[in-house]
Amino acid sequence: MTQDEHKEGVKGMVNPRRYGIERVAYLMMRLSGLGLLAYFIGHIYETSNILRGQVGWDEFMDLISGTEGHIVMSIVIAMCVFHTVNGVRVMLGHGGVGVGTPARPDYPYDPASQNYRHKIGIYSAIVLAAFAMMYGLAVMFGE
Amino acid sequence: MAQVSSMSDGQSSTMKSITLKISRFNPEHDESSQFMEFNVNYEKWTTVLEAILDVKKHFDHSVAVRYSCRQATCGSCGMIINGKPRLACFTKISELDSNVVTVEPMNNFPVIRDLAVKFERLFDTHQKIKPYLIRDDTELESDQKEFLQTPEEVEQYIQFANCIKCGLCNSACPTMATDSSFVGPQALAQAYRYVADSRDKGKDSRLKVIDDSHGIWRCHFAGSCSQVCPKGVDPAMGIQLLRGYMLGFRD
Amino acid sequence: MRESTIMKVHYGTALAAVALVAVHILMRLTMGYSESLEYENVLANYKFVPYAIMLELILILLSVHGFNGLRVILLELKQGKMYEKAVSYGCLAGMIGLIAYGSRTIIMTNMGMV
Repeated sequence: MTQDEHKEGVKGMVNPRRYGIERVAYLMMRLSGLGLLAYFIGHIYETSNILRGQVGWDEFMDLISGTEGHIVMSIVIAMCVFHTVNGVRVMLGHGGVGVGTPARPDYPYDPASQNYRHKIGIYSAIVLAAFAMMYGLAVMFGE
Repeated sequence: MAQVSSMSDGQSSTMKSITLKISRFNPEHDESSQFMEFNVNYEKWTTVLEAILDVKKHFDHSVAVRYSCRQATCGSCGMIINGKPRLACFTKISELDSNVVTVEPMNNFPVIRDLAVKFERLFDTHQKIKPYLIRDDTELESDQKEFLQTPEEVEQYIQFANCIKCGLCNSACPTMATDSSFVGPQALAQAYRYVADSRDKGKDSRLKVIDDSHGIWRCHFAGSCSQVCPKGVDPAMGIQLLRGYMLGFRD
Repeated sequence: MRESTIMKVHYGTALAAVALVAVHILMRLTMGYSESLEYENVLANYKFVPYAIMLELILILLSVHGFNGLRVILLELKQGKMYEKAVSYGCLAGMIGLIAYGSRTIIMTNMGMV
């Protein structure tokens, strides 16, 4: 980053510490999106093993049904649930739903758009992702 | 370049002191910025701007800082104070709750020198969204009356008319941290200010300007802009309401 | 294409994918996770035409949504005419490639070419 532009750069963009839970959600949305895309590409590749017949499919199943495979899968479940729930919240926000109504601001100027509805949405996404992850682990390791 | 200086004359009993770290950078001869440290006394009501001006008066008059009104009206003294964009004249040292106060130039703005940054891009993007009423007729030509508005119609945009163009929102925005072409929260909130004005008829032309690959869609509702706004403008709300027009949630 | 149109597609594909992926996951739980992944059961899923159509739809929806999301992130990371063109066409190519590769698996398995 040059001093000419003085942009904060990727380091500033991914720093979740300064601006509350909304900025944490922003970062987690990005990371989960990238993680899910990587998983999706891998999933399409790995399921093509079915074209190799039973032997190919069983080889692939041996690969993913170990402890590591289950842990990766549980992380994918968590990312999927967080991305979905937070995505719905962001989408509603993008449509102007739940962002408050314009009004003359009063000191200390608490921003109406950063309200409890959206905070509840973010915490719900995190909690649901954690529950889904635990459920997934229970199902995968329980069998 | 680091230096420690202190000021002890004329000290009252309620006075405390802090270390003020000022980022120094002159693009004419410096490769990168460096911090200079000053020991500054302060009272409960002393603002960061007053502390910087004390440094200029007593230790180093070459510290470059832009300021004017000293009452959060002109929007000149935006800077990064202890890691967050704030107005120096609107931030009391006692509120920061720290023995060290670090001041740096605002992020995402080119540095002129030390704490002074260039505002050209902010003003360009502000101008790009047509920050004026657009309609075929004017009050001047009308022989009947001025354009009247109900209090409810005024409420729709008056919050966003409080913008003082200090640039703190652009400095806090995560998209602006990496995207040099992004319109930015300041200009987008101002686009909403005029689109929501019942006297304005320029909605379509403004929405066209911001419907770009570096326009309104690069806002991801992180809300950092609203958290740092010193005037309660809440750009994040304005941007989402503006996007509501584009998604068909509003007419 | 206008950015607003692209982003409407982005939101639309997300909502549709949520519904279909939920069905896809529930199918894994109808008969027990491990059992549902046995070769015969997976093959039966692929050969059941409505399910194969659903898989194809999920493939298209998630490829469009995922690669557009990647495009958005990459456009914000760096700017420049050439770079932005490369990102847009690169993501489009990735999207088409993934759909083609996934469709090959679905169609060939559905038609019994295993």
